[in-house]
Amino acid sequence: MSRIETVYYDLGRLDLLADKNTFIHRLDPRVKVVTTFLFIIYVISFSKYEITRLLPFFFFPALLIGLADLPFGFLLRKIALVSPFVLFIGIFNPLLDKEIIFHFGSLQVSGGWLSFISILLRFTLTLGAALILIATTGFPAICMALEKMGTPKIFTVQLLMLYRYLFVLIEESIRTIRAYTLRSFSRKKLRYEIFKQLLGNLLLRTLDRAQRIHMAMLSRAFTGEIKVARNFSFGTSELFYLAGGTVLLTAVRFIDISAIVGKLILEAG
Amino acid sequence: MHMADALLSPGTGGVMWAATAVTIFYSARKVQSQLDNRKIPLMGVLGAFVFAAQMINFAIPGTGSSGHIGGGLLLAILLGPQGAFLTMASVLTVQALFFADGGLLALGCNIFNLGFFPCFVAYPFIYKSIVNKKSSSRRLAVGSILAAIIALQLGSLGVVLQTYFSGITALPFFSFLLMMQPIHLAIGLAEGLATAGIISFIWNSRPEILDSAELEKPFASIPIRNIVLIFLLAFIFAGGFLAWFASEHPDGLEWAIAKVSTIHELESPQQEFYKKLENFQEKTSILPDYGFKAKTVPGHDESILLHNQTGTSISGLVGGLLVFICIVVIGVFLKKKKQSV
Repeated sequence: MSRIETVYYDLGRLDLLADKNTFIHRLDPRVKVVTTFLFIIYVISFSKYEITRLLPFFFFPALLIGLADLPFGFLLRKIALVSPFVLFIGIFNPLLDKEIIFHFGSLQVSGGWLSFISILLRFTLTLGAALILIATTGFPAICMALEKMGTPKIFTVQLLMLYRYLFVLIEESIRTIRAYTLRSFSRKKLRYEIFKQLLGNLLLRTLDRAQRIHMAMLSRAFTGEIKVARNFSFGTSELFYLAGGTVLLTAVRFIDISAIVGKLILEAG
Repeated sequence: MHMADALLSPGTGGVMWAATAVTIFYSARKVQSQLDNRKIPLMGVLGAFVFAAQMINFAIPGTGSSGHIGGGLLLAILLGPQGAFLTMASVLTVQALFFADGGLLALGCNIFNLGFFPCFVAYPFIYKSIVNKKSSSRRLAVGSILAAIIALQLGSLGVVLQTYFSGITALPFFSFLLMMQPIHLAIGLAEGLATAGIISFIWNSRPEILDSAELEKPFASIPIRNIVLIFLLAFIFAGGFLAWFASEHPDGLEWAIAKVSTIHELESPQQEFYKKLENFQEKTSILPDYGFKAKTVPGHDESILLHNQTGTSISGLVGGLLVFICIVVIGVFLKKKKQSV
C-alpha cells in the first residue's frame, strides 16, 4: 500500500473506533480534552533524566485502552511509524552527554542514555494520549469541545469542513494516482511536469467543488455556522471522570510511586 | 520537520501555544470581518486538498529523493494570509490528532513554524514584493521558490530554537542549526518548485482565480507595528505566567549552555541574556517557584539526583518496572474482560 492509501485506511479506522459505545466514548469531549492536556503537561514537566517516575504514567493509557476497548497493536504501530524524527534528534544525547550519573552494580549509565530513554518514554506517552483522545472521542466532537471552550467559531467550522472533505479529496487523489500508475508502467514517483498538471487539475477541481458546496449550503440556509445534532451534557460521570482523573494524575506527578514500591520490595526482601 | 512533545518543556510549549492562539484569534476575527462566507467552505476544502497533496511526491531528477508541497504558501496565495493561517492550523491539527505528528502540546509550535512564517512573513514580504498583477510566469516561479525557501528556513530555525530552549536534547545549538538549515534549504527548494508548478498551472489555465486573491491587501487595516506589539506582549505574558511551571531545571538552558561552552563566543552573551530573562520572569511571575517545588517535588532536581543516586534510584528503578508490569497486567485484564462481555 502506498503512503496515501495507508493514511486513508488509518483515518477511517480511527473514525470507526470513535463510534464505539463505551463509558469513555460517552463522556463529554471537553472533559477528555482537558484531562489529555493535563496528562501531557505533567509528563513533559519532569527533568530530562527522569525515567522511573514516568513509568507509572503508563497506567492511564492502559486504563483507557482497556475501558474503551481500543486495539493496542494498531495504536503502537502508529506511534512507531512517526518515531524517526525523535529518534534522530534523541540519539545524539548518548553521544554528546557521556557523564556517568547512574551506577547499577558494575554497569555505568551515562546521562545521555538516561535522557534518551526518557525522550522515548515521553514520546510514547504523549503521542499515545493524542491517539487515544481521537479514538475515544472522534473529530467532530473534539471540534465542538474546542468551540465550547472558546475557540473562534470560524476556526472550528472550517475544521469540520476540512474533516468532512478529507475523505473525498484523499479518495480523489488515490484515483488520480492510480490512473497515472496504470498508464506509466508503475513508475514510482511522478515526473515534475506531470506533477504540476496533476496537482493543478486536482486544485482546479477542488476550487469548483468548493463553489458547488457553497451554493448547496446557501440553498440550505447556511448563515456561517454548522449545527451538530449530537448534544453533550456535563453530568455526574463527567464530574467523576474529571475529578478522579485530575486527582490521580496529580498524585502520580507529585508522589514518587516507583520509589515507594521499590523501597517496600527491597526492604521486604 | 515537526516539533515533538517529547523534546519540549512545558514553558516553551506554553509560550508557543499562546503565540499561536493569539494568531488564530486575530486571523479568525479578520476573516469573519470580511463578511464573505464563501470562504468557509473554500478554506475547509482547500485544507483537505493540502492534506492530500502533501502525500503526492514528485521525483527530483538525479537525486533519488522526492519533494512535495508544504501548503502554507500555496494557501496564502489562494486565500490571503489570515485564511491561509487558519486553514494551515486545521491541517496540522488533523495531523497531530490522527497521525500523531508531533503531539498536542507541540501543535502550538508546529502551527507557528509551518503556518505563521509562510503566511505572515514569506507571503506578504517576499512573494508579494516579487509577484504583482502584471507579473510574468517567471516572476511567479521566482517569487514562490524564494518565499518557500525563506518560510522553511524560518520554520526550521523555529524548531531549533524551540528544541534548544526546552533543553531536553543534548544537541548544542550551533551543531543542531548547522544540521537543520541546509536540509531545509533543499526541502524548501523542492517545496518552492512544487508550489511554483501548481501556481503557474493555475495562472495559465484560470488566471482569474489568482487575480481575485491578488486584490487582497495583507495588512490593509491593521498596521504591522500593532501585530508585532501584540506578539511581544503575548510572549512576555506567557513567559512570565508559565515559567513557574516550567521544568524544575529552568528550561535546561543553563545545562545546555554548559554543554556548548566549548564555543566561547556564544557563552557569555547568552548567559547574560538568560540571567536577565530569568530575573524578569522571577519578578513578573505570579507564583514564585521555590516553595512550590521544594515542598512538593522532593529529590527531583537533577543535582539532588546526582547526590543520592545509589539508594533511591535503584529502588526507583525496581519500583518503576514493577509498577509498569502491574499496568500491563491491568491493561490486559481489562481488555480480556471487555472482549468476553
